[in-house]
Order: sequence, then C-alpha cells, then structure tokens
Amino acid sequence: MTRIELTVNGEQRSAEVEPRLLLVHYLRETCGLRAANVGCDTTSCGACTVLLNDVSVKSCTVLAVQAAGMSVTTAEGLAPDGELHPVAAAFRQNHGLQCGFCTPGMVMAAVSLLAENPHPTEEEVREGLEGNFCRCTGYHNIVASVLDAADVLDPGGTRAAGVSA
Amino acid sequence: MSILGTRVLRTEDPRFLTTGGVYTEDVVDDRLAGACHVFFVRSPLAHARINGIDVSATLSAPGVIAAYSGADLADLPAIPPMMSGLINAEMTRRLLAIDKVRYVGEPVAVVVTEHPYQGEDAIELVAIDYDPMPPVLGFELPADAPLLFEAAGTNVAGELGNESSLQPDLFDGCEVVVSRTIVNQRVAPAPMETRAAAAAWSTDGRLTAWIPNQGAQGTRAELAELLGLDQSQVRVITPDVGGAFGAKFGADPEHAVVAWVARRLGRPARWTETRYENLISMTHGRGQQHTITIGGSRDGDVRAYRLQIIQDAGSYPRIGAILPYLTIMMTTGPYDIPRAEAIAKSVVTTTTPVGAYRGAGRPEATAAIERAMDLFAAEIGVDPAQVRRKNLLPAFAQPHRTAFGALYDTGDYVAGLDKALEAAGYAQLRKEQADRRASRDVRQLGIGLSSYVEITGMGDGPESPPTENASVEVHPDGTATILTGTSPHGQGHATAWAMLASDELGIPVEKITLKWGDTDLIPEGGGTGGSRSLQQGGAAVQQASRELLEVARERAAASLEANQADLVFDRTRSAFAVAGDPEASVPLSDLAAAERLVVRTVFSAPGATFPFGTHVAVVEVDTETGKPTLLRMITVDDAGVVLNPLLAEGQRHGGIAQGAAQAFVEEVVYDADGNPLTASFADYPFLSATEVPSFELAEMQTPTTYNPLGVKGIGEAGTIGATPAVQNAVIDAVAHLGVRHIDMPATSRRVWQALREAAALSGSEDT
Repeated sequence: MTRIELTVNGEQRSAEVEPRLLLVHYLRETCGLRAANVGCDTTSCGACTVLLNDVSVKSCTVLAVQAAGMSVTTAEGLAPDGELHPVAAAFRQNHGLQCGFCTPGMVMAAVSLLAENPHPTEEEVREGLEGNFCRCTGYHNIVASVLDAADVLDPGGTRAAGVSA
Repeated sequence: MSILGTRVLRTEDPRFLTTGGVYTEDVVDDRLAGACHVFFVRSPLAHARINGIDVSATLSAPGVIAAYSGADLADLPAIPPMMSGLINAEMTRRLLAIDKVRYVGEPVAVVVTEHPYQGEDAIELVAIDYDPMPPVLGFELPADAPLLFEAAGTNVAGELGNESSLQPDLFDGCEVVVSRTIVNQRVAPAPMETRAAAAAWSTDGRLTAWIPNQGAQGTRAELAELLGLDQSQVRVITPDVGGAFGAKFGADPEHAVVAWVARRLGRPARWTETRYENLISMTHGRGQQHTITIGGSRDGDVRAYRLQIIQDAGSYPRIGAILPYLTIMMTTGPYDIPRAEAIAKSVVTTTTPVGAYRGAGRPEATAAIERAMDLFAAEIGVDPAQVRRKNLLPAFAQPHRTAFGALYDTGDYVAGLDKALEAAGYAQLRKEQADRRASRDVRQLGIGLSSYVEITGMGDGPESPPTENASVEVHPDGTATILTGTSPHGQGHATAWAMLASDELGIPVEKITLKWGDTDLIPEGGGTGGSRSLQQGGAAVQQASRELLEVARERAAASLEANQADLVFDRTRSAFAVAGDPEASVPLSDLAAAERLVVRTVFSAPGATFPFGTHVAVVEVDTETGKPTLLRMITVDDAGVVLNPLLAEGQRHGGIAQGAAQAFVEEVVYDADGNPLTASFADYPFLSATEVPSFELAEMQTPTTYNPLGVKGIGEAGTIGATPAVQNAVIDAVAHLGVRHIDMPATSRRVWQALREAAALSGSEDT
C-alpha cells in the first residue's frame, strides 16, 4: 500500500492505496464520486474523463498513485453549489445528452477542449472529442453544445476564419 | 397555449450533469451492504467439450469466497430457446455451460471475491480441460457441419417457408431481372453502460435484483424463469440505464447467476461486466444474408421481388433467431410491388447469440429492398430517385394491407421522398457528381437514397392490440406523480410524460415526477423497445390524466355544490371553477388533500403504426485509397405528430449515426476458428464524432389515428433509413467505374478492392 495526498474537487485528501489502483476506482470507490464511469478497458471511450491539474485525462489509464500531489476535478467538482457549469448548461440547452453515461466524461473533455481552444470550429470540436464515445446522440447535439458553450464563455471571441461552424 | 409540440428542456438533465446518473454499478443501498463480487470464467474456445473444471487453486487465492461451475447449478432448469414454438426446442442452454461450450465468451464458471480486483486475478486460476471441436461459422453451413446441439439433429433453428415454397414463375414477364447475395453484417449494440447486476435476498426468501434493462416487468418474468421461481418472489428495480438499443430486454444468464450466488452465499452479490465481456457476450445484432431478386420493365416499373434470408442466430437461439419474421413482414417496404415473396431460415453457429438491435429485423428488410432498388435502377440506367417515385405506394388515408400481413396505418411516401430530395438539393448534387465524373476527380461524389416504412409499437402479434398502463396521482402540495410501464434509458420519458400530464392538469412540468422500473410499484408494463413508448405509454398518461380530471370534476361538483356540467377546468390554476363565477373554485391539490386523487388506466391501441421517410446520404470516396467520407445526411422521418421536437430530433440523430456506423464502419468479426477479433473498443470500430457530419433534418408529420396523440414511434427510424442510404451512396460514388455492390461495412479496404475488381473486369488500368 502507498500513501497518497491529492486534491479532489478542491478538497485535500489522503489515502492508503494499492499501487495498481486506478484513479477512476479511487474516485468512485474511495471518494464516492461516481459521475465518472468506466465504459471500456482500453482507454478508448472517455466515459471516465476527469481533469488532472486542469487537463483532461482518462482516469481509467491513470494510477491513483500517479495523481499524488496533483489536483483532480470531476463532473461533481464543476458544480459545487449545484449550479450548472456553463458547459453543462449548454449540454442541457442543446439536448447534448440522452442516457447520460458518457456525459460527465464528455463534459470534462469539452471543458478541457475549450480551455485549450476557446473558439473551436465544428471540425475542431469533433477532432477534440474523438476519444469520447457516445452511442445515443450521434454527436450532433454534443457538438452543438460545445460550440454554444464557447459562445457563452467568451461571447466576444471569433472562430478561425474560413471554416464555418 | 398547449405545451405539446414545444421544445421543453429535459427535467432529468441537471442530475446527469452534476452528480451523474445512478447506474446499477453506482447503486448504494443498505440491502447491498457487504456485497461480494462475481466474476465469470468464459470459454476461450468457439466449440469444445468440457472434460473437467478444477477450481481448487482459485479457492486459495486472496479474497476468494467461493467458485462454482455448471454442475453446482445443475438443479436449475435448462433454458429453452426463445419462441420455442418457432424454434427447435432441443436448442437449450444452461446458466453455466455443463458439457459443451458453443461460443467464445460463454460463461463456464464463476469466482466470488471480496473485492473486484481480486476477482480479476482469481479467474485466471480456474483450470478447465477442453476438448476442442470444429467451429461452425457462416450462413450457408455445409451439410456435414458438426452439430451444436446433437439432440436437435440439425443446425437449423427454424424456418419460415423454404425453397420449395418459392414460385417458379415469379419473374415471368419481367424485361429485366437482377439478383445478388448480400450480407447485413453482425454488429455490436455496445451501449456505453455494459451489463450489470446487483442481487439481495430478504429473509422471507424474496429476491431484489437491480439490473439495467428495458422493462422491469419482462426482466422479472425472465429472471424468475431462469431461477425456477414464481414471479411474486422476484422484485426487479431498474436504476438509470446507460443505453440499451434492444440488447437489454429481459434477463441474461449472467443476471440469474449473480442472483443464484447471492442466495447460495446468503450475502448480496454484484457484477459489472468489462467491455471485453460485453463485446463477446452481450447479444449481437443483425447477422443476415439476403439473396435479393428484383424484376421489372426497362422503364422502371418493378413487377416482382424475392427475398431469401439466412439468419445467423449465434449459438443459442434468442430473439435474433426469429427476427426474420419481422424482416419478412416488411419485405416490400414502402413500395407497391405486384408480386413478392420471402422465405427465411435461422441457423445456429458457434458465435455470440444474436438478439435485438435498434430496428431489430426491420433495418434488414429496408437494406435489402433499398439495395435491390438501386441494383435495378443501375441495370436499367434510370435515376434511383425516379425508380423509387415510380414504385412507391401512392398516399393513402385508409390503412393499407400488404401481401405480408402488415397493415400500414397512414402514409404519404412520395411526399416524403420529394421533401428529402428538395432539402438535399438533389438535382444540384447530381450535377456536381456528373462534373466530378467528367473531370475524373480523385474524390468522387456519391448520392445514396433510402425510402423506408417501418413498424413501431407492435403488440404480441400483428393482430394483438398493443397496450400500456399508466397511473397519475395529484398530491395535496400541488405536485403530481406518474407511474409508467415503459422504461426510459435516454429517451427523455420523464420530460415527455410530464408534458402530457401537465397539458391536461395544469401542473407545471417541473412539479411532475415520473417513476418506472420497480416491479413492486408497477407490476405490469411492456417496457421500452420497438419504438412503442410514446404512442402507447404516452397515450396512457394522457388518458389517465383525463380520467383523473373526470374523477376530480365529480368531487369538485360536490365540494362546490354545483352541477358537474357547470364546472370548467382552469388549467392556469389547475382548478375547477363554476362557469361564470371564477371565485367559486377548487384546485386539484385541495381535492387531493380531502381524498387521495389517483387514476390508473390501460391504453389499448388498435394496432402498430408505420412511420416512414426518405434519407439522402452524400458521400465522397477517394478513388485512390477507397476511403469514404460521409459529407451530408439529409432525412425526412415522418413519425406522425411530434410531442417535443428536441427529443424527437435527438432520437433521429442517434439513429442516423448508428445506421451510418453499420454502413461504413462497424462489424463484429470472427476468425476461421471462431475467435472474436473485435472484442475491445480498440478493435471494434465504434463510431466517433470525427466520422459523421451534423445532420440535416427536414420535418414532415402525418398523424396516425391509432392514438389520440397522433404519434408514431421515432426511436429506430434513423437507423432504418440511414444504413442503406449511406451504403448506396458509397456504391453510387464509384458506380460509374463499374462497381455495382459493396457489402457493409463499406470500409476503405472494401471500396478499394471493389474498384480493383471492377478495373480488372473492364480490362482497364485507369481507375
């Protein structure tokens, strides 16, 4: 067992963990934060996406011990007061979710994508979310949600010229 | 103004977007405290005899509580095939294989541990001695193929007609006859949430099982049967369900094993499968071979059509084995073809069992006839849109009975086609295609069409009226609760059902709670599948709300000392008032405070409904690499009146993407030994956001008269229409180079091969 200290959704935590414990299982079982889901065994689907020091990672492919000393944000952490984060609100407004299983990971990936590129084109959104699978929406409304969120987060900004969104 | 028909945002979304849904693996419940974890040992061979199973090494591994094999469960009854009247009754299975395994992934043993990681380690220690047998794969099985079920004496699970029933003169008088054998490939439903179960037994011997499913009541029935229990001994609870697509109807052997383990150990048990297990052990979809023959005149009049189906049912006949029944029912689709016939045969193979998958039997029928239409059009050199328009059934107001027993309720197929062509800018697309062909552009343009009609909301049979129940209760605090026998897993029932009740009762949507999926609370229900929910479950909610208002009117009359006839219902206040004296009024909430105000009702529809439409796919194919790119999808999906456009469009989007995915990306592949080669998301080409465009939806609403809402089903239409449209578009892009057909999935490799073969046939190097 290894002792780790890390920050989860702004809260300092300390735990004894098996070295092989995956971050997603630490979050779900130890912290009781079950928004992030496990959808595959191969780092393919992105349902487990969380932010590690503000950058999206697939938490099924990070060991809990690797997150020691770092800051983890899950979907729960986006809404500390129960208010929807602007990206989450855009998902609701645009019906960007159906069964909801991919949703927490998808929203976290979108938050990270918009932090990196505040005004992506449609193509850039699709490329940016390629590692997050959804079986329900056909991605149509997810893409619309992310483009909408970009406008809400930074109303003055503009997309790269020459490519329509 | 009515809320119906408006874009009401989903009431279920905030929790999905904050704490996340509560799926079976997320359920925290006192009854599950201290649960053990179940892991399945699965067959690594497609076909083998089991000589022995040794779990002794496993039992001493860390955290292992117990290990069981089929012999431990031998007192449970053998599981008969689904629809045993139509299917060879000897094709039975056991919860855990006993003598033989029949597919890679078949559960053979279980290991039970304290913690999940221990189980993953411990299953490696179970020693099983197998005696391999030859695999049985494909559609046309050789006569000497080994038998999966010796007692059955055949690998044919069932037949609907046979070759001797075909009419030899079906194509007499046809100037042109085209025939082709094509494959509607096996695909994985792959909901994002895999299968799971949690089970706990109470001291009175009653089972509570949490299972992701599409209908708790049907799941309870199957689970009870698998365990040899009476249904009254089983309670099924449906947590949030992370997608289903037809593959989560009922109970699977694994669910029953988890319940059995919990009883045996006297301790709650849980199971969540890995994606690897899901891809090899959850039922697959499709898996049909079609021989299509179409004949008609040189000017495009289709006179005769024949469909011969072979269904690969997988190893154990489940719903997939009888899907050809639905395929045959929809043989001629939206077309008026004077002579048509269809036969089908289901065979068992040493592969994962085949079940329902989005559309379940109907996409296969549409794919067959839509390919046939294009083959015919190409043969006579007429535009495929023209051929379709010429042969579509004219608009009808009275139900139309087809030669295959389907009764189409309402439809205007030509209008649907024309609307789609207009929205696509069809003439302009053909012009651009001609330009690219003339300039020998490396990137050729393909335009694919698919006109479809499908059956939704079918009852137990074509003549059995489909029903669904609902109850509505108004509470003293002005809120309301709806109970439904349908079962959402992403469709948005909570919002839609609340809209229906709100519209009648004047209670705001956000004050209405929907409950489903607990068999103690809602003992009856048909669940959600076959695109039935709104037209039956929704209609039941509206009916219950109206009946509740009648009960309330009677009580209000007594309360206000007025005649019932003098009362008007004021929706803005959710109150009955005396006409002309709005001060004399009583709200529903007050009536509910005086006496419980609740109505349960059963809605019964006269029959199934038949949505229809046309999809246009625009595809670009790189003729050097074969790579197809889907540029545009334009669809008309007429499912009658639309209750909430936001939700209906979402259903169409998802369906279109799944259809496109089958057409040019996804396929479950086995090697010659029956090993699955697509057993992870690294290998199964699950559609991603980069492979599809945003979709262009055109609106058309032709109401049905089969329910007061005028609605038909919309859940599967997108998949049914999109699959052949995209496939036809890929082929159309390279048709001028001599390609007439490419089987799905029309991958880069397949397109490239087709181009090479066409070039070789024409003796030209210049493709």
